[in-house]
Amino acid sequence: MATTAEGFDIHQDHGHDAHDHADHKPGFFARWFMSTNHKDIGTMYLIFAIIAGIVGGAISGIMRVELQEPGIQYLQWWAEFMGGGSDLNTALHMWNVFITAHGLIMVFFMVMPAMIGGFGNWFVPLMIGAPDMAFPRMNNVSFWLTVAGFVSLLFSLFVPGGTGPGAGTGWTVYAPLSTSGSVGPAVDFAIFSLHLAGAGSILGATNFITTIFNMRAPGMTLHKMPLFVWSVLVTAFLLLLALPVLAAAITMLLTDRNFGTTFFNPAGGGDPVLYQHLFWFFGHPEVYIMILPGFGMISQIVATFSKKPVFGYLGMAYAMVAIGVVGFIVWAHHMYTVGLDVNTKMYFTAATMVIAVPTGVKIFSWIATMWGGSISFKSPMVWSMGFIFLFTVGGVTGVVLANGGIDDNLHDTYYVVAHFHYVLSMGAVFSMFAGFYYWFPKMSGRMHSELLSHLHFWTFFVGVNVIFFPQHFLGMQGMPRRYPDYAEAFHFWHQISSYGYYIMAGSMIFFFVNILYALMAGKKAEANPWGEGATTLEWTLPSPPPYHQFETLPVITDAHDYHDHRPATA
Amino acid sequence: MGQRDTRMKNAFLAVIAAGLAAFMPLSAAAQDVAAPAATAADAGAVEGAQTAPGPEALPGNLTPAEAGAAPAGEGVYTPMAPTKGKGMPTSYQDDPVKSLTFQDQYSADGEYALWMHDVILLPVITAISLLVLGLLLYVVVRFNRRANPVASKTTHNTMIEVVWTILPVIILVIIAVPSITLLARQYETPPANAVTIKATGYQWYWGYTYPDHGEIEVVSNMLDEAAAAKSGEPHQLAVDNRMVVPAGVPLRIQTTASDVIHAFAVPSLWFKMDAVPGRLNEKMLTIKQPGVYYGQCSELCGARHGYMPIAIEALPPAEFAAWVKAQGGSMPGEAASEAAPAVRPAADAVAAPADAG
Repeated sequence: MATTAEGFDIHQDHGHDAHDHADHKPGFFARWFMSTNHKDIGTMYLIFAIIAGIVGGAISGIMRVELQEPGIQYLQWWAEFMGGGSDLNTALHMWNVFITAHGLIMVFFMVMPAMIGGFGNWFVPLMIGAPDMAFPRMNNVSFWLTVAGFVSLLFSLFVPGGTGPGAGTGWTVYAPLSTSGSVGPAVDFAIFSLHLAGAGSILGATNFITTIFNMRAPGMTLHKMPLFVWSVLVTAFLLLLALPVLAAAITMLLTDRNFGTTFFNPAGGGDPVLYQHLFWFFGHPEVYIMILPGFGMISQIVATFSKKPVFGYLGMAYAMVAIGVVGFIVWAHHMYTVGLDVNTKMYFTAATMVIAVPTGVKIFSWIATMWGGSISFKSPMVWSMGFIFLFTVGGVTGVVLANGGIDDNLHDTYYVVAHFHYVLSMGAVFSMFAGFYYWFPKMSGRMHSELLSHLHFWTFFVGVNVIFFPQHFLGMQGMPRRYPDYAEAFHFWHQISSYGYYIMAGSMIFFFVNILYALMAGKKAEANPWGEGATTLEWTLPSPPPYHQFETLPVITDAHDYHDHRPATA
Repeated sequence: MGQRDTRMKNAFLAVIAAGLAAFMPLSAAAQDVAAPAATAADAGAVEGAQTAPGPEALPGNLTPAEAGAAPAGEGVYTPMAPTKGKGMPTSYQDDPVKSLTFQDQYSADGEYALWMHDVILLPVITAISLLVLGLLLYVVVRFNRRANPVASKTTHNTMIEVVWTILPVIILVIIAVPSITLLARQYETPPANAVTIKATGYQWYWGYTYPDHGEIEVVSNMLDEAAAAKSGEPHQLAVDNRMVVPAGVPLRIQTTASDVIHAFAVPSLWFKMDAVPGRLNEKMLTIKQPGVYYGQCSELCGARHGYMPIAIEALPPAEFAAWVKAQGGSMPGEAASEAAPAVRPAADAVAAPADAG
């Protein structure tokens, strides 16, 4: 008999002398600091991602407040606060530090840990009927490397990095601004932070690949895996192939900075553009790394609440594979203005547009999944529908930017900022909230408030659109990105954009209140709170699942087609 | 204005009739496909010796160094007053509609690109977004739990899956035709007699040299707020010494940088090209009419990335020749002998900001 754990409260288990060894938990320190349990590690990843998200989100608040009016308002204060001088160059450097930290934190320490470390760790083993990940100790190493990376990045904010403290290179860390252009150890610490986080992600990726290939329950063929597992599998391959290239590139930055090499220094025969090729060979797959698990979650959620199997399962799975493959051969569309050969630019224009095809297949398949369904609009579903629309908007501006000749005007403007925030802070983040509300009852054993979740959705939806839609206008009018200050003509839309931030920030109150409410007073969650549409294996377990699940492996029989993942006996 | 209004109207009409509109440009664009695919503009030439080194230190405020290449007497050249709304961004207060979209274009490639955006891309992406939104709303109304209590069991429909794979491919091919044409046009090789201007990015100002005009050098720093107001120019965009070029003739713009990567960008000319240390990028630009066209550095280059704007002043060729003379340069073909000594003051000017620190 599998017993039910008593919620998230870590102290509850302290000294607990359980006789049921399926739910036997180690003591506090061993459980959380030497953890080998995929659910505990997943929980730690999620908490870590929320903390990093608060930091990264606060930094974007600093930026939106500064940009609300033309001129420099608060940067000098921040420069002094962070331990730099109060002169203008330090203040302006602080701006670059903020944009850099915001980007790196949101990419490496918020989205990736939440998607892959958090939801991936929690639900890949559950969905494939495995007791845990293939390498539980390595799983723990992955997590703590990520934490160490975050600490290194935060540390970089307080050491010299040029005309002030911190690394002000942009998240892309382009040479030579990041080499000869930034004196002081801050950039070294930022680079080291990426090394640590990257190493953690590579280990995590190998763990997921091994787990998915070797530990599926009997009868669960690849074509019977839930789409979320497919998405994590594709993501893991992207991580495994892309991150070593980043590691190489930033290691070359380190040696250029510290050991006199000239990989990216033309004076020694190097080339700054080489760095950009290496970076974006990683960087473009990276954007799919951030969105693919979201695709997987949306597929599960849309099917669940439509009470219908996912439409075109095979098409959906292989669309993700196609996106992953094509994602590796489009990197130079981030570099249209560096002086590419015309044929190169034509190739990357064409290749980039190709990605719209599998992405379109996914969008239409989600809608077709809902078509003919019996949809209940629970919180995960409304977030998913928000995702589908906003990701489409972000996707189509991507088609505009894919055109090398059009990008000549839009490159490095707010149009690009608007585009990637539509696909990330509305695409990836909406899918994360959808996944969070979908699985929160399973993870915590408590139901959250549907009212607060819906309020959160609508206010967040309005907020982010008010922030980012006007940024399309700014970009088309020529407002360059990474500017702390601007011409008066840009004032109006910047102001609107800043107002949107306040709406969005206010909406997060609903989120946190909701979590607290659920943990303290939420109704106990049933094994399957979402009803007949929720067919994957995690819903066959109690909420929360026992500390060790599937001691007897579930069997998936041939009688189940790949849309139904419940064991035959369930 | 009139041209602009027509353009917006066309765009909005096209949005409404998006599906049709997307197909119409095909015939218009097809004739351009044959445009020669020029070879690389990326010369890739490594410059062993960097041009004037960036200043070691900068003044603690944004006052530009007062050492630019000032017009040397004669009084022939006075900086042109900018036209509001031309070559610069438009505020919402001045024109709400104009503030939503691209700046008016003053180069042939820019007009073509703008046409492509307004007539093909914008209608197509608007239509797709609205289609998805419409489908979602329909699903909400038609297939909610109350309206449709029993869910269907449909899991595939090969026909429709093929259709929604092929249809986007067709749309993308339609977009690709003008897109490739635009690229081919942008990479046309400048004619031999094109006017060469080399823009060099420094932390944090621009230097412009005219190798065919007696090596004139112009150092261009941003004007502070008071100075910009005094000259009636937009703050953040106005500079002390503009990049002066002839209008209506092909220019060969070259970019490079002396310290970190900068980007030379002018939105109203649809022109953006990175200035990379150790590389010399080159691209042709023809500005259709005289005017002042503002731009800004568009690659993160350090603390004052936001404070090194670009201002191009396009003059009728005769006035350009007069400006060249006033700078102590010479037009190609003129005797270069008298120009040689005149180079010196300009060259000193480049180093001046360093002294100012």
